[in-house]
Amino acid sequence: MKHFYKIALLVIVLIGLQVAVTVTDRVYYLTQLTMAGYYTMAVLGLALLMGYAGQISLGHAGFFAIGGYTSAVLTTFNLLPYSHTLLFRFLDTLHLLQRREDLYGELIVNVNPLIAMVLAIVISAVIAYVIGIPVLKLKGHYLAMATLGFGIIVYRVVLGTPVFGEADGISEVPPFLFFSNFGISGDMDLRIQNYYIAWAFVVLVLFLLMNLLDSRVGRALRAIHGAEDASKSVGVNTSDYKLKTFVLSAVIASMAGVCLTHFNGGIGPSEASVMKSIRYVAIVAAGGMASLWGTMFMSTFLNFMSLRGYFGSYDDAVFGGILILIMLFAPEGILSLSFRRLFSKLFSPAEDG
Amino acid sequence: MAILKINNLSKSFGGLKAINNVSFYLQEGVIKAVIGPNGAGKTTLFNLISGFLKPDNGSIIFRDTGIDGLDAHRIATLGIARTFQHIRLFPGMNVLENVMMGRHRFAKTGFLGSMFNMPWKRREEKEIKEKALHALEFVGIADLASKDAMELSYGQQRLVELARALALEPEILLLDEPAAGLNMRETAEMGILIERIRDKGVTVLIVEHDMTLIMKISDEIVVLSYGEKIAEDNPLSIQKNEEVIRVYLGEEDA
Repeated sequence: MKHFYKIALLVIVLIGLQVAVTVTDRVYYLTQLTMAGYYTMAVLGLALLMGYAGQISLGHAGFFAIGGYTSAVLTTFNLLPYSHTLLFRFLDTLHLLQRREDLYGELIVNVNPLIAMVLAIVISAVIAYVIGIPVLKLKGHYLAMATLGFGIIVYRVVLGTPVFGEADGISEVPPFLFFSNFGISGDMDLRIQNYYIAWAFVVLVLFLLMNLLDSRVGRALRAIHGAEDASKSVGVNTSDYKLKTFVLSAVIASMAGVCLTHFNGGIGPSEASVMKSIRYVAIVAAGGMASLWGTMFMSTFLNFMSLRGYFGSYDDAVFGGILILIMLFAPEGILSLSFRRLFSKLFSPAEDG
Repeated sequence: MAILKINNLSKSFGGLKAINNVSFYLQEGVIKAVIGPNGAGKTTLFNLISGFLKPDNGSIIFRDTGIDGLDAHRIATLGIARTFQHIRLFPGMNVLENVMMGRHRFAKTGFLGSMFNMPWKRREEKEIKEKALHALEFVGIADLASKDAMELSYGQQRLVELARALALEPEILLLDEPAAGLNMRETAEMGILIERIRDKGVTVLIVEHDMTLIMKISDEIVVLSYGEKIAEDNPLSIQKNEEVIRVYLGEEDA
């Protein structure tokens, strides 16, 4: 239970934040904080993959988008014309379908968001597994390029496929209600509860990942990262561990994608774009690579700033710039930076190698 | 009884025959040394046995199992541990954690069990820690358990690596130049330690350049030269073997 105090502190800060914005009449900040929460969830999974297992992924937005689009398609596609089919009736008797009215008051029937989420998780896990087997045999630049390729494929597929709404994406995605009036929804009246739902997910992921790292598996991951040969010599199945970590981080990203899509009421191709993947990598780097807390902090801060529009039309440029600066001056993350070191780095000649 | 049988083993890199048709048996419970001039193929032999390289030809039989061609982690899991010529510890871990890695094969908790803190996770962690401490005590550096492994002296790092290999409770321990970089006193202590490991019942195969150490502790010696076995005998006979002397001192010019 040594994580307990850290988590408790985080929960207190989260409650404090909500109280602060409510008291100062800035409740609208909660919308961006909620969105930042879901992005943070995805980025935490990537931090596990990059910082601890030492495997880079430049296609992580792809998994986020796979989750979001799977759920968006399943919960907006009207099944009413198929109501005579056996499958429809089968799903209906199992209460896996939900009925609602669209904007014009017409009845539409689609898959329950919970089922959509389960399917999204399964689909992203299978895709991560299938591409992970060949791709994770690569190292360094090659792995980066292969995952980049995967990200580009997902982006072009959602952009070019009618069922994914092409450039418009998918809108009018229904809320994901756990019961009656409680759940993931963009409804203004549910803003406060949605802030807590999003951050409950983040805290849960954080807690599970800390447990994971503080175990035989976590030690093995750090060992693979630090000295792969030596980890093999004590019996660690390195490719299996890398693959499982890849699948786990993909599933987390996909769940985050599902949640954000229901919160926003839609998803567009920009969620799958390569710039989004690079943004995630930049945040993990800024957070200190192997630091879940640093990553969480930087992700919340940077995503919030970006979503509030502080970076203006230079949004992507800012994240590109962050990546360059981190690599140059603070490869261990911004939080590890001391100004003395920064100065000595700036004014001393470049080292060899 | 032979615990490890190496039959007609060959491995080439391009045109270079690093190991050429080498055969020998490793008897259970002995210290066997592999010696030879630089480039004789000693480390290649170790990499073949431990699965870091796959042989082109020949077989390696551990007890009754053919292990040639198996992945390195599988061979380690079967109970063949190794150390490296250039020490390879895990950075960012303390000494105890490094040695705890040696217990990997005895634990089963996976991703989900770890994430959800299943009850057996704590039980396994406790046992891993205890056994790792035992291994550290055995090599005599239990007091360094909480130190950062990368900040220790070279000699201490060798002991950490040895403790990690011992934590695996191996049946066969492959030591690749365990005395390299050690001073005379440390080398002597390493020799005593290796004998204690053998007396525990672990079969030791050792590559080493320090002839004083080798002659003192080995029960048997295999001599390699240019990838071929040129002699195999007890230390006394090896010292008198003319072929071995010729290889080590160089041929007289005609």
